[in-house]
Amino acid sequence: MTAVDLGVPDVQAIRSDEDVVRVRQLVRTTAVAAKLSLVDQTKLVTAASELARNTLIYGGGGTAEVTSVEDGRRRGVRIVFADDGPGIADLDQAFTDGFTTGGGLGLGLSGARRLVDDFDIWTTVGEGTRITVTKWSR
Amino acid sequence: MAMSAEQSGRLARLLSEHTDRLTERWTETVAASLRGRLSQAELGRQVRELHRSMIDAGRNGLTDLADEHGGELRAVLAELSTNRARQGFSASETAISVFAVKDALLELMEENKADDTLRDFVAFSALIDQMGLFTFESYVRTREGLIADQAEQLLELSTPVVKLWEGVVAVPLVGTLDSARAQVVMERLLQTLVDTGSPYAIIDITGVPAVDTQVAQHILKTVVAARLMGADCIISGIRPQIAQTIVALGIEFGDIATKASLADALRHVLRLTGVETTARRPRRES
Repeated sequence: MTAVDLGVPDVQAIRSDEDVVRVRQLVRTTAVAAKLSLVDQTKLVTAASELARNTLIYGGGGTAEVTSVEDGRRRGVRIVFADDGPGIADLDQAFTDGFTTGGGLGLGLSGARRLVDDFDIWTTVGEGTRITVTKWSR
Repeated sequence: MAMSAEQSGRLARLLSEHTDRLTERWTETVAASLRGRLSQAELGRQVRELHRSMIDAGRNGLTDLADEHGGELRAVLAELSTNRARQGFSASETAISVFAVKDALLELMEENKADDTLRDFVAFSALIDQMGLFTFESYVRTREGLIADQAEQLLELSTPVVKLWEGVVAVPLVGTLDSARAQVVMERLLQTLVDTGSPYAIIDITGVPAVDTQVAQHILKTVVAARLMGADCIISGIRPQIAQTIVALGIEFGDIATKASLADALRHVLRLTGVETTARRPRRES
């Protein structure tokens, strides 16, 4: 089944730490509206927090686009994180637990992938990164 | 269009010749915009002060608000906007207090028209615009200051360290744990550990809505710092959804004790210190 968008996406710019909090709040509101369970809400909000912070720190800022979606049987929330930053040179390395080029734990990207149902990444060195994640209600 | 020194002098003359009429009209316009939220006496005083410093500045040949003769006028304007910002007026309401003089001036100049009246009015108008913009900027500065102060107060308020038992302190965390707050939490906790000589600290995260890697890292650093000082930390308030998220993220708390609730954590610490808690047995009648 293909996913169908419900309504227009909410776009939140990511330029500062406060924006990461705003993304989190926006995702939580959308997840509640899509009737995700408390565990799934928390997982999605946490994944969004990780990816938004990556967009800010490594991508130099960008946007988060939050959309409510439906595939016929179930509802879900899709978030697209986009930045025009330096891109990721070695994806395998970036997805290795504990690897970080910053000062973090090195679990954000790999952890976020484990927290959501669908995870899609597009990145080109020098052009930027686009990460699309979806969490479905069960 | 910049004002010439001559025009500046003419403005001062105009302002001083019609003092009463101008200030009255000016005060009236401002009072209407503020809708009675400032006393007439206070408003009148502010308008007269502004009026007087405009005359002084004009007599000194002020051509641009930013130049040396504008010092006193700028100070008066800054004081006005600081007061307005602190009293909770909006930025437009503050700027109107300055712009209102234009209406009064226009009325006056229309009655005494001469060849260069239009030219003069445009120049006066430019100066008043500058004054308005300056007021606006001062207003924003004051407001930003207020917001920064409040954020700081909130930071202080939101991170209490409480003593739960002899030798046991607790930090109940509520809300988002960003780097600035994590820093305050750590400083406070470590200081309290020293002040109270407590060997145990409980960090309660019941009020933290989401624990991501950054939050976890802040907590881990705090625990390590407390350990270096010889204190043992217990993390409590880990709800089911947080536990599942932490597992999926792959965060490891290692050998740090974690508990579901603050009560569990306290019981755990009391047991470690040898304090036994038992329910009192009802006395049986024999």
